[in-house]
Formats: sequence, structure tokens, C-alpha cells
Amino acid sequence: MMIELLLTKYNYWVCIVLMMIGLYAMMAKDNLIKKVIGLNIFQSAVLLFFISMSKIEGGTAPILMLNQQALYDNPLPQVLMLTAIVVGVSVTAVALAIIMLIYKAYGTVEENLILEMNKRNE
Amino acid sequence: MIDIAIPLFLVICGIAVVFVRDLFGSIMIFSVYSLVMAIEWVRLNAVDVAITEASVGAGISTVLFLAVLGKTRSREAPKGRFNPGAMIITVCLGAILLYGTADLPALRDPNIPPSAHVVPEYISNAYKETGVTNVVTAVLASYRGYDTLGEVTVVSTAGLCAIMLLRRVAGDAKDSGPAGWEGLRK
Amino acid sequence: MNGKAAEKHRHEALAAGHEELPRHRHVIGRTVTKILIPFIQLFGLYVIAHGELGPGGGFQGGVILGVSVMLYILVFGLKEGSRRVTTNARDLLVSAGVLIFGVIGLLSLPLGGKYLQYGALLDDPRMGNHLGIMGVEIGIGITVAAVMITLFCEIVRRDDDD
Repeated sequence: MMIELLLTKYNYWVCIVLMMIGLYAMMAKDNLIKKVIGLNIFQSAVLLFFISMSKIEGGTAPILMLNQQALYDNPLPQVLMLTAIVVGVSVTAVALAIIMLIYKAYGTVEENLILEMNKRNE
Repeated sequence: MIDIAIPLFLVICGIAVVFVRDLFGSIMIFSVYSLVMAIEWVRLNAVDVAITEASVGAGISTVLFLAVLGKTRSREAPKGRFNPGAMIITVCLGAILLYGTADLPALRDPNIPPSAHVVPEYISNAYKETGVTNVVTAVLASYRGYDTLGEVTVVSTAGLCAIMLLRRVAGDAKDSGPAGWEGLRK
Repeated sequence: MNGKAAEKHRHEALAAGHEELPRHRHVIGRTVTKILIPFIQLFGLYVIAHGELGPGGGFQGGVILGVSVMLYILVFGLKEGSRRVTTNARDLLVSAGVLIFGVIGLLSLPLGGKYLQYGALLDDPRMGNHLGIMGVEIGIGITVAAVMITLFCEIVRRDDDD
């Protein structure tokens, strides 16, 4: 009973914590690869938020069983997040491509070193 | 009970990803994080999303990260500096969002707004109208075809971006850099 | 001592990317990859085709198809991989999938439907919808597979071999 009561909000809290982790990584880490990983964690927190809403107590996966009645989960958030994952990996790949160009130009992917170099060149 | 344990493990993995200083280890833990996420999708009955997460998040993302790590031979500085400003902003945002969850509808309730308006129609009409038993596919390709067309265009654009940024034009001098580099620098 | 020095030299050459790994070193990887790839591709096609009845679809199947080619490139090298899936073919496929999607949407216009209203494709709207969904999934699969291969190839490309 206690656990059921907890589960009505639990996933919201988890995705807020994941969001905080991702946001901290994006703001505080100097390494650009770490920043992109933080972006990925933030993204998966958003995915968790949406898909938690699609679950219905006693529901089953939204694949129709034609010969019997059943309660189905909400397919709409799943559709949206399915495409969001693939778009997310595309975004990650473009970010990594730009990181590689930065490495070619500066010889490092540490943000503080890059900023220092920029300041020296001015 | 497992519905409590898996998200908890996700949080632990997330914290480990951010605070492990070895980048290779960090990427590997991120791969584990994606796989646990896939298990969580199965627990939430989002099977299509689980397949995507397992193949994209744990497979392709990890390979791309490792490829870039191998190219840049990057190591994080052994002693990270603690960033109090970032921590304050993060904690404040988290506190505000936690306060906001009080007003959000209870999860797992069949009558919450997200599953009220158009969704029952999708579920009851999908087989009648499209002959497809997987409602997710029916919504993806038919009911919300425009969305998917846009998403595929975005994916295709990402491929074109990678070509533009990283591929060299044939006949270019060796040190002239990739085709799109000049444009990026301006 | 001499053997050790030769070994060290070879490792340095490998690290600098001048020398391919000798064939016999990779014999298990190469053999297993050759056996495995057809099955991975079959599974990818199954996931695309089975998306209407069970979990799966164009996005997932496309990624699995792309992974099979990525595995080939990882084991046999980019040069050998580019011989199988040429750069031009990749570039063509990246936009071909979106084109298939868009053209299937357009096809229903002269047949009396709206854009992307596949029901107009056949006399029975239900079969038309089914056909349209199938075609669209194939288009999505082609684009996603080609984009994944392209991203991987462009990122792992060594500076001295193009």
C-alpha cells in the first residue's frame, strides 16, 4: 500500500534527479565529451518523464490482442519518445563531429584551456 | 519493488557517469545506464522504445563516443574543480521542479489527462482503419505521419551535417581542413 | 631482445596507423563476423517488416541494419568497408529514404486523398493504409541505416587515408 502510494509520484522525482545530474554535468564539467554525455542524461530524463505518463495500472503493451479484451497503455508518449531517441543520437553525433573539429583546431577538448587560448590570441 | 529499484539504479549510474574521471570508464557506465533504461522501458510496457534504446543508446551512442575518445585521446584533468554556481542553479531548479510535482497528476491512474482525449480513439480504431495491430506503428506512420516525416528529415540532416563537417573535398590540399570548416569559423 | 624490439616497432606503427593488423591476428573476429553479419541483417529486415504486428519498425530495424555494416567496418577496416558500401551509395541512401516517404505521401494526392493519407492508395482504405505504413517504414529504415553508417564512417575516418 505504501509502495503503491509512493509509485504515484516516484518516477517524477527520479527524472527530476536525473535532470539535475545532466544539467550539472553540462554546466560544471570542462571536458566537452563529458558535456555531451550530460546532454544525453538530460534527454533520457525527459524521455522517462513522458513514458512514465503512458503507463496505466493493469495495462498491457499497446499491441492489440484481437480475440480478447484488454486495457492498453497509452501509445502516444511512446511514439513521440521513440522518434526523440533517434533524433537525440543524431544531435549527439553532430555535437561529437564539432568536438572533433575543435580538437583539430585547438589540440584539446577542455573548455577552460580553449577559452584561455582564445584570450591569448586576442 | 523492482519499480523502485530500477530508477534508483539509474540515478546511481547517472551520478557515477558524471563523477568518474576516467572518460573511458564514464562512457562504459553510460552504456550500462542506457541498458538499464531499456529495462525500465520494458517495465513501463514501452516495448518499441526499449528496442530503440537498446540499439541506439547502448549501441550506436557508445560506439560514437568511443570513436571520438580514441581520436582526441582526451583525458579529464585529474582534479576537477567544484563549481558552486552550477550546483546552486541545479539545486534551485530541482527544488522548484520537485515543488511542481505536487500538482502533476498521479501516475498509473487510467483517467489522467495524457490518456484521455485522442488516445482511446487511436486504440479502438487502429486495427479497423489501418489493419495494423501495433498501435505505436499505426500512430507513428499513419495518424502522425507529418511528425515522423519531420523526424526523418532531421535524422537525414544530421547525416548531411556530418558529411559537411568532417569530409574533405576531393582535390583539396592536405592541410586545408574539411569542407565545412571555413563556414564554421566565420 | 630483437623480437621485443620488433614487437614494439610494430605497435608503434599500429598506433600511428601505418600498418594494417596482420591477417592471422584477426582470424577469429573475421570468421565470426562473416558468419554473423547475414543474420544481423536478416534480423534488421525482420524488425522493419514486423513493425506492424509486434514491437519494431523502421527506426529500430534501420539502426540494426546500420550496425551490421558498422561491425564489418570495425573488423575489416574502413577501406574494405567502403568498397562494399561505397561513399556515393551512402550519400544517395541518406536522402533516398526521405524521398520515398515524401513520394508515398504525394501519391495519395492524385488519387483523391490528402497529403500522407494512405487510405486513398487502394480501393479498400484499410489495405491502402497498411500498404502506406509498410512503404513509409521501409523509407525510414533506409534513411536511418544510411545515416548511422555515414556518421560512423565520417567519425572514424583517419586523416591520412582519404
